[in-house]
Amino acid sequence: MNAPSSSAASPENGPSSPIETDVVIIGAGPAGLFAVFELGLLDLKAHLVDILDRPGGQCTELYPEKPIYDIPGLPIVNGQELVDKLMVQIAPFSPVFHLGEMARALEKLPDGRWKLSTDLGQQFIAPVIVIGAGGGSFVPKRPPIPGIDAFEGTSVFYAVRKMEQFCGKDVVIAGGGDSALDWTLNLAPIVKSLTLVHHRDGFRAAQHSVNQMRELVAADEIDFQIASVKALHGDNGVLNEVTLAGPDKIERRHKADVLLPFFGLTMKLGPIADFGLNLNENLIPVDTEKFESSTSGIFAIGDINTYPGKLKLILSAFHEAALMSQAAFHICRPNEKLRFQYTTSSSNLQKKLGVK
Amino acid sequence: MKIIAVDREGNTQDVEGNDGWTVMEALRDARLPVTAECGGACACATCHVYVEDGWFEKLPEQRDEEIDMLDMALEVQPNSRLSCQITCSDETDGIKVTLAPE
Repeated sequence: MNAPSSSAASPENGPSSPIETDVVIIGAGPAGLFAVFELGLLDLKAHLVDILDRPGGQCTELYPEKPIYDIPGLPIVNGQELVDKLMVQIAPFSPVFHLGEMARALEKLPDGRWKLSTDLGQQFIAPVIVIGAGGGSFVPKRPPIPGIDAFEGTSVFYAVRKMEQFCGKDVVIAGGGDSALDWTLNLAPIVKSLTLVHHRDGFRAAQHSVNQMRELVAADEIDFQIASVKALHGDNGVLNEVTLAGPDKIERRHKADVLLPFFGLTMKLGPIADFGLNLNENLIPVDTEKFESSTSGIFAIGDINTYPGKLKLILSAFHEAALMSQAAFHICRPNEKLRFQYTTSSSNLQKKLGVK
Repeated sequence: MKIIAVDREGNTQDVEGNDGWTVMEALRDARLPVTAECGGACACATCHVYVEDGWFEKLPEQRDEEIDMLDMALEVQPNSRLSCQITCSDETDGIKVTLAPE
């Protein structure tokens, strides 16, 4: 399997110049990946933008090892295998992945094309935008602690970008998965104090990490409390204390400069809500001929669209991708005639697929 | 069979729980705001409920997979369950659940 090519836009090297292409696909889950294939057969080039750091969407994020039994022709395949197979299938079309980036703004240009910008400053110009964003962007779960938003980015962080910023701080880590344990182990040597807070004395994390954590607790290097964080105290986004409550429900104040909650990811529609599209309960209504939204040139496929009879199944997304591609062709190549061909018999398609 | 469901605003309503359905499916069918993003695969912890009024103890024991997945839920209490892992049956008739905060 070819490694996905990816173009680097990052805050460090600044925004690169706009990328002009045929189609920009928002979301690199099964819908977006198969869209690359169907578009590719029609010679349409695609770039994909996804907030996750690898392709696959829900399949790889939520259930990489869970079996799927309703993909036609694959009696049993797990989430990761399906994505791996899709990546092999679309490799001949050399899609460009922009991973770890969130599609943030969409704007119509005077020439009728669309300009899509990401949170890293990358811009795309394309006649067709395909939204295959599933349930939205995967973002960290946010504990329902009153007023937590005032501390986010200053004292509350859902990811660690620079470990050094926590040197000499009183740090509270909340959660019981691999991220909570890994950061407990990594930060323990550099912080002033570290308290791991979890609702039970058991962890959904690699056993060796759990063992190492318990050794640190035994050596009094860190503190572990069976509790949850109930309140945050501080001013102007600067945290001084957290309120913890254990199984006895008794609330205790605990010194803290930093809170790092690690409860995994959840899906939020995010900036797509501000693209100016019609939405129906956070879904994009589309027609069932082209899977186009009410805005011309903007298509929606997979779990994020809705139409009478819609089933949120991967196989529906595949069908939607095929029909969308036919319509996308007419927008991208208005003066060309679409030649419908079968991969079985067309030497032209087989050449594109690299099998002839 | 019946499920007594309390939403995040504290409103209580009766929900029909068909035999063999999961409580998550019944809540979702009644259009209660259960995210259930993984669709019932015990892979996301977004169908988290509190099982009330002594019903927690009456339910079959949780599988390790569910106990592990609850580590990714917020505001876990001793009576926390993932509603996709509770099956409606005569034994659960009248069960009371409260949607956990998101």
